[in-house]
Amino acid sequence: MQIFTKARVYDFMKLKIPSVIISAILFFGSIFLLATKGLNYGIDFSGGTLIQLRYDEKAPLDKIRDAFSANEMLKNASVTEFGSDREVVVRFSGSSSDIGTDIGAVAKELLKDTGNVEIRRVDIVGPKVGGELREKALMAILISFGAVLIYIALRFEWRFALAAVISEIHDVVITLGAISLFAIDVNLDTLAAVLTVLGYSLNDTIIIFDRIRESITTSKRNDINGIINESVSATLSRTILTSGSTFIVVFILYMFGGDMINGFSFILMVGVLIGTFSSVYTAFPFLVWLKFSVDEYRAKLGEKAKLKKERERERAMYEKGVV
Amino acid sequence: MRSAKVTYRLIILIIALVFGIVFSMPSFLQTQGGSKISLGLDLQGGLHMLLGVETHEAIDSKIKSIAGSINYYAKKEDVLIDKFKIRQDSVEFTLLDSDEAPKIDAALKEIVGLEIQKDGLKYTIMLTQEERAATVEYAIAQAVETIRNRLDQFGLAEPTVARQGEDKILVELPGIKTQEDEQRARDLIAKAAHLQLMAVDDKRQDQANTMSAVQAESYGDIIYPDAKNEQFKYVVKNIPVLDGSMLTDAKVAFSQQNNQPIINFSLNSEGARIFGDFTGANVGKRLAIVLDGKVYSAPVINERIGGGSGQISGGFSVEEAHDVAIALRSGALLAPVKVLEKRSVGPSLGAESIQKSMTALAGAAMFIVVFMMIYYGMSGVFANIALVANIIILVAVMALFGATLTLPGMAGIVLTIGMAVDANVIINERIREFLREGANLKTSVKKGYENAMSAIVDANITTLITVIALYAYGTGPVKGFAVTMSIGILISMLTAILGTHGFFDLFTDKIERSGNTRLWFGYRRDK
Repeated sequence: MQIFTKARVYDFMKLKIPSVIISAILFFGSIFLLATKGLNYGIDFSGGTLIQLRYDEKAPLDKIRDAFSANEMLKNASVTEFGSDREVVVRFSGSSSDIGTDIGAVAKELLKDTGNVEIRRVDIVGPKVGGELREKALMAILISFGAVLIYIALRFEWRFALAAVISEIHDVVITLGAISLFAIDVNLDTLAAVLTVLGYSLNDTIIIFDRIRESITTSKRNDINGIINESVSATLSRTILTSGSTFIVVFILYMFGGDMINGFSFILMVGVLIGTFSSVYTAFPFLVWLKFSVDEYRAKLGEKAKLKKERERERAMYEKGVV
Repeated sequence: MRSAKVTYRLIILIIALVFGIVFSMPSFLQTQGGSKISLGLDLQGGLHMLLGVETHEAIDSKIKSIAGSINYYAKKEDVLIDKFKIRQDSVEFTLLDSDEAPKIDAALKEIVGLEIQKDGLKYTIMLTQEERAATVEYAIAQAVETIRNRLDQFGLAEPTVARQGEDKILVELPGIKTQEDEQRARDLIAKAAHLQLMAVDDKRQDQANTMSAVQAESYGDIIYPDAKNEQFKYVVKNIPVLDGSMLTDAKVAFSQQNNQPIINFSLNSEGARIFGDFTGANVGKRLAIVLDGKVYSAPVINERIGGGSGQISGGFSVEEAHDVAIALRSGALLAPVKVLEKRSVGPSLGAESIQKSMTALAGAAMFIVVFMMIYYGMSGVFANIALVANIIILVAVMALFGATLTLPGMAGIVLTIGMAVDANVIINERIREFLREGANLKTSVKKGYENAMSAIVDANITTLITVIALYAYGTGPVKGFAVTMSIGILISMLTAILGTHGFFDLFTDKIERSGNTRLWFGYRRDK
């Protein structure tokens, strides 16, 4: 089976301006959302308490709220259904640092008249820990950006590195925009999902970059636009296959993975779409605008190849004993 | 050469696969022997706590115990001191007779880590910076040790107690099933088990209910409530006669009068001596037995008590007495701990999570396997074999490293599968390209691998870089995700690149002879 039967070159670069406009709209739209609506920090990052309950029958939300109103800490808690109408999640911003008392037990005691209830999960994160987790997460992202920048600059060229990181930032910001739009709680596992998106789209970008690097040495063309078109076209069936199958896999996770990984897989679905779009459309205009020169790069690669050949010849001579 | 060629690539894959099967079996079959992959608390249920150590309390109690020693020495040597007080983090007193200064100076020299300020006859004693740091350090190390001992005696399966960062302690208790169990475990950890024997200030005891804390402090006293009746208060001398650090043993016994559980404790020789001296000198007065800031009993001293043993009575339940005894035996917490983060997952939720994610994982794997086979024919089958090998080896390596599988870790496996498949997609697309250009099969396979290699390696390394950054700075689930991902990526390089190439090596001649690109590469070659 095959998708593209003929090796055709599509003119992706013709769509450079519209694609960048779409990207810009999504990007700045996301920034606008983040600035106005903001992120819904879950308890991992903001500190607070989360209690997950399960009833034998449909959960009586009003009764639960009434029961909680008696308790100082729980009276302002948000009580929402979680996944099914039997499961309830209770969230509030306070956290008790007293090791001896258990808010889960307190909740259970308050709820004893509302039906047969099981406490399935209690998460308490103190405000200090929340702040620390947020800081660490930000550090992780920044450090990985930095390291990736350096690696790509060494393996390719600084313009590639910059274009890659720009498209990474683009992807992450838009993914965060989607998280803000759909009001998904930002927790540690949400963060893991965002980082996965980062890894995935980076992977995509690098593979096409690699093809561009190769085309520069093999193609007869001199213009960067043409080389980009050739390379993106050549990797197109791979891009579609991989993104398509990844999307389907993530979709399966979303459908059957349960509520615990619902947010996670939703973010991945958004990320795969954005990541694919950006590696096909967004990363390359930047390469052009950064005034990437094919001739210069070809010369540089030629230099490298010459050096390598030289070294090989020397080695061969040495091995033959002719020095 | 018409025979099939078994190359080093295939051999490496086979060795890796055998290794994988052998070491992943304990995890898959849940047999007793061998190292198994451990499930995170989110998957098996249990209690996770991050505790903060209130280190300033350790310094306070160190100051108190220094005050106790000075007091004891002064009494013993008949040095007259006045205005003996414990301030925030210093001890103050004034000597009455300047001739006795050398005696007290010599005694103070015996205690390490003191910073002594003298203003005439007024002494102010503080801890040096190093001593404060050492005290904090010791308090944390001791808290880790103490909590571990207590949980070990509690009889739980594999509790983890580990220090984290500067002043935090991570406690993980898998297999806590009920809320009652959890409550008991938390009580056991929380119990400071700080035992103090303190003299009741008989002169002021009758003002106990009216006196304020500040007032009490000005007399060098402190007010503690009664353990059974919080309304009833005791005024005791702030400087303890003895504290729990001199305890050697604590056992539950039953009182002969009313068959109530009591706790018998014994003291080490120094403690026994101090206890004996004190009781000898204070016959007729009352001695309060204070545990964690509550007075359990305050018996009148009838005679000198030698031998260094005493008892705590005061309305314990049997279980409570048992837990207090464990806590006393394993030592007091020099500094109390508080909960910074707590996550508890019920066993039913854990089981549900694992079942759902397994279903999703199996569904995803099935989809990929079928897809690869349809799209790429035999090449897809090779890729599938490599994929299965990848998962098996991943499980084996994680089991050997004792790594923990978490829910995000499961997602990491899915992504690894994605990347491993991606590698094979890239390779197969490359081979098709060369075939389309009219190269022969052998060259196409060879060049396909060669050309795909740099893309795959670069992509994998950049992902690995990201993942390592995550591991270094991430916490909890992010870390679990990073571990699974990085091991998976490394293994996929072995299976997806080396392994599948091994299969092509084996079958190249056969493929060449058949010339059937549809069977081997999943598409019909245009003639």
